[in-house]
Amino acid sequence: MEASATGDKPALLRVEGLLKDFGGLRAIDHCSFSVREGTITGLIGPNGAGKTTMFNVITGFIQPDAGHVFLGGDDITGLAPNEIFAKGLCRTFQIPREHQSMSVIENLMLVAPGQLGERFWNCWIRPGEVRRQEEEIRARAEEVLRFVELTHVAEEYAGKLSGGQKKLLELARTLMTEPKIVLLDEPAAGVNRTLMKRLSENIETLRRERGITFLLIEHDMNLVMNLCDPVIVMSEGRQLMEGRPEEVQRDSRVLEAYLGGQYAAAEG
Amino acid sequence: MDHAQLARASFIVIPLILLALLIIPGRRAVRLPLAIIAGVVVAFGLGAMMATGNFTYMISFSTMAMIYAILSLGLNSQWGLSGHVNFGVAGFFAVGAFTSALVTTTMPTGALAAYSQQAFGLGQPFLVGVLAAGIVSAIVGYLVSIPVLRLRTDFLAIATLGIAEIIRLIFQNERWLANGPQPLRGIPQPLGCLFDDPACSWLPAPVAAFLQPLGPRDYIFFYFLLVAIILAVIYVALERISRSPWGRVQRAVRDEENSAAMSGKPVTFFRIQSFVVGSFIMGVGGAIYAHYVVSIDYSHFNPLFATFIVWVMLMLGGSGNNKGAILGPFVVWAVWTGTQSVVDLMAPVLSLISPDLPSRSAYFRWMLVAILLAAIVLYRPEGIIRERKRVSDFMKRTGKD
Repeated sequence: MEASATGDKPALLRVEGLLKDFGGLRAIDHCSFSVREGTITGLIGPNGAGKTTMFNVITGFIQPDAGHVFLGGDDITGLAPNEIFAKGLCRTFQIPREHQSMSVIENLMLVAPGQLGERFWNCWIRPGEVRRQEEEIRARAEEVLRFVELTHVAEEYAGKLSGGQKKLLELARTLMTEPKIVLLDEPAAGVNRTLMKRLSENIETLRRERGITFLLIEHDMNLVMNLCDPVIVMSEGRQLMEGRPEEVQRDSRVLEAYLGGQYAAAEG
Repeated sequence: MDHAQLARASFIVIPLILLALLIIPGRRAVRLPLAIIAGVVVAFGLGAMMATGNFTYMISFSTMAMIYAILSLGLNSQWGLSGHVNFGVAGFFAVGAFTSALVTTTMPTGALAAYSQQAFGLGQPFLVGVLAAGIVSAIVGYLVSIPVLRLRTDFLAIATLGIAEIIRLIFQNERWLANGPQPLRGIPQPLGCLFDDPACSWLPAPVAAFLQPLGPRDYIFFYFLLVAIILAVIYVALERISRSPWGRVQRAVRDEENSAAMSGKPVTFFRIQSFVVGSFIMGVGGAIYAHYVVSIDYSHFNPLFATFIVWVMLMLGGSGNNKGAILGPFVVWAVWTGTQSVVDLMAPVLSLISPDLPSRSAYFRWMLVAILLAAIVLYRPEGIIRERKRVSDFMKRTGKD
């Protein structure tokens, strides 16, 4: 872990004064933070802190009541999810949302941007080009499958995969493009130790070799402490603190947010 | 086989070849000759074996089933491909039928004008009418989709059901548009002159001589051929786009919308596209129906006859599979026409229960269709032919389908 919490890399993703109310519940309360380029930033916080809502606002599924989201200097607040995707931001979902009645490989092929065959008239008037492009996309999908070691299930229905395999598929989908930043919502939840190790290796490799920035929500503190730097802590819709993992681990505010006032009693 | 029967049988050669191409698997080089042989043998075999009456009945039965197959393909591109619960098939069917009728008929003149009103009559050829029907229906589908496709599942079903009823009531009440509650008559039959005596003047003499023994009652054989070709064109065109990256996005949207959006697909745009494609096909189906029955009125386009039976057909054949969408209509139409005789046989029993029960036997048939639908949903929701796993045919096969 070479980057530090006070590093000088520019912010790739920045949220400013975000506010979101659901009726009487303030899910996000004037929250601001930024994710620097080339980092694996952890986003932690107790249940109900607003982490997933934050992801939904960033990716355009929920419109914020106030505030802005910037991606590399562009204001992406209020754009549709597919427009945000086109700007180089991918995400996975907490509960895997695979396309269950399609094969694993076509789940991946779907994601490739700029497919001629997605305009149906091209299937009639330019079948040759569509065919050539399909072969390229399939080659790419096969490569991604090898990377996440799912080649053996390429032709299975995605709905039939195990929970852990679905998590890998979610990650794999983000690799079908050239994302600048990937948002992972609990990538390790419900995943066994071995698979989790592989997952975190994959994430680290992608950051190192392809320069992808990650922002990940995770409850597994082992994973967060080993993988993420810096770590942002959210509580009650606000950013509580940001720092290196060891700083966060020691911070009394964080322990209080997680465990309430009696954290000392539970610490042993 | 006499000359007339031979001429009749010759009309069903091409439809049977198309059917054989649909059924026989394997490489094109093997399929095509096999299909041609099968088509010729079966066509003339049927002609030789069947009495003229039965032969004609079989052909008119199949023509109606194929018209339903077109509707079912249209519904499949909405429901099967991308999960729209469109309970308004009848609306698009009606729009197509009336559009083609208005485009192909001429304005009534003289004494007829006192009885029959219509907004316009362009007197255009059949194919122009069919195309216009598809386009107008697609436009209506597009306009409807803007507000309605914000809805999902049951809500979409109710909205589309309402729209179809509105369309039907417009055709019922607006006399100036298409003769209001009275039937719009005299919809031309394409190339009807083939069976007149003397036949069309441009017809080569040998062909005219060949068709000479056939009369206007045999027109159905020609129309059967025409519908089969149109159905084949629609099938091939739809199959092409549903087994493509476009179809893949549609299935992705059907399965999991949010994930498709996060894969960079403009979900609403794709949902509108499949809805409009389906509306176009249903409109074409309406046009073909109009030219088949020659006289149409609003009552043909009620939800039972034109929406729910199409749903049963598609669900039984296999949602998401275009072959199933063609098979289903034949099975259900056979059940539907077959139950008439069952109900007739039951009439004495029914009259024992209550004297006016036999006259209400039509409802009994509907009940049978409803039971059929319930049984499909419970026991075989994927239909007779299930949806294929692989979507895109634009990539090479990998051995496993």
